[in-house]
Amino acid sequence: MVELLNTLYATTPGTSLHLDGDALRLVHPERTGRHLVPLVRLDHIVAWNGVALSDDLLHRCAADGRSVTWVTRNGRFLGRVSGPQTGNPMLRLGQFRAYEDPGHRLMLGRCLVAGKLHNYRQLLLRAARDSSGARQTRLREIAARHAEALTELAAARSLTAVLGIEGQAARGYFRGLDVLSPGVGAGRTRRPTLDPVNCLLSFGYGMLRVAVHGALEQVGLDPYIGYLHGVRSGKPALALDLMEEFRPLLVDRLVLTLFNRGQVATRHTETLPGGAVQLTDEGRRMFLEQWSTARERKWHHAGLVSDLPAALLPLVQARLLARHLRGDSESYLPWTVT
Amino acid sequence: MDGDLMELLITYDVDTTDREGERRLRRVAKVCEGIGHRVQKSVFEIVCDPVQRVRLEAALSDVIDHQRDSVRVYRLNQGTFAEAHHLGAAIAPPHHGPLIV
Repeated sequence: MVELLNTLYATTPGTSLHLDGDALRLVHPERTGRHLVPLVRLDHIVAWNGVALSDDLLHRCAADGRSVTWVTRNGRFLGRVSGPQTGNPMLRLGQFRAYEDPGHRLMLGRCLVAGKLHNYRQLLLRAARDSSGARQTRLREIAARHAEALTELAAARSLTAVLGIEGQAARGYFRGLDVLSPGVGAGRTRRPTLDPVNCLLSFGYGMLRVAVHGALEQVGLDPYIGYLHGVRSGKPALALDLMEEFRPLLVDRLVLTLFNRGQVATRHTETLPGGAVQLTDEGRRMFLEQWSTARERKWHHAGLVSDLPAALLPLVQARLLARHLRGDSESYLPWTVT
Repeated sequence: MDGDLMELLITYDVDTTDREGERRLRRVAKVCEGIGHRVQKSVFEIVCDPVQRVRLEAALSDVIDHQRDSVRVYRLNQGTFAEAHHLGAAIAPPHHGPLIV
């Protein structure tokens, strides 16, 4: 089994990262002393803009196959570098052929959406179990609609229909956000996010995207050729596809728990003139700490004997997808919990 | 998950009476910094797998002067680092915790 290596999140503006022997050296004008992190214990570096990486460090990371991602202060993806391309051409050909075949594309689209709907339904049902009265009824209603959507999905004959079912279920879910966590507003807003819960959700999806994108590259799939999300230049469609099944339990659940426990304080977010809400430095740190801890939480995986830490789920699912696209398995089975 | 991992404590004495000794001291530190966290001036805490341990010991052995310097490698029970108490101006190295800077 692979060792669960650490991800370094470099968020403080003005920090620069350098190579020092076999270690990474952190330099910030306000921090005294030498700060070293051994590189062997790192598998990924996420740098917020405002953080500089030295060329030596980048070259070393590329040589070791350690990838580096840059994100904006709000966690939106900016760019990513990794070493020489991994993976084999046969797998990529399989991936392209599946894209060209409308039937295959529809089948994969259905699998991906099914995983998402199923996991959102589980999240809703779990929340319903812990609540009572009108709240419980409403949560069960939304969950029931997800169940209906799953049945409709099986009968969907086109990708547009699949997207329609997904969109409708998602709208229903986000309208119920206020029931899932009392005190937060209903509805999804993005670019810009207009309330703290949406702000944290967007940030969390950004971190998830970093993880999924990396996992796809690691198994040698092209993150830009997706099935559910249309292919458009600069859009990592397959990463967005594979993210769907993880959103509910790895991001939404974490964010809602933080709100329910009252761990999100007013000092964690700020409202800009114009209404956009974004994380403060303290809020970003708080979320990343929670995110890092949640990465280690173990989840059941139906296809494997042992439970897996959340951090490895994207990698395992990317491998299963690759296995299917190579033709070694009949269909792709999304990660679902029961 | 971490079945293969072990916790090591490395302490060293390098004879620094001459320039060559100072150089060896720096090199020993460099090798250790590449894999573990410095907890005191010549004490490192290291979490590694068996292969990394062999590499580390080989690298240290290449650097030191076998007549004058000494390096001690202690293998500890898993979880010892987490339970360590410290007094005074000690540091708590982030072996498993989140790395956010």
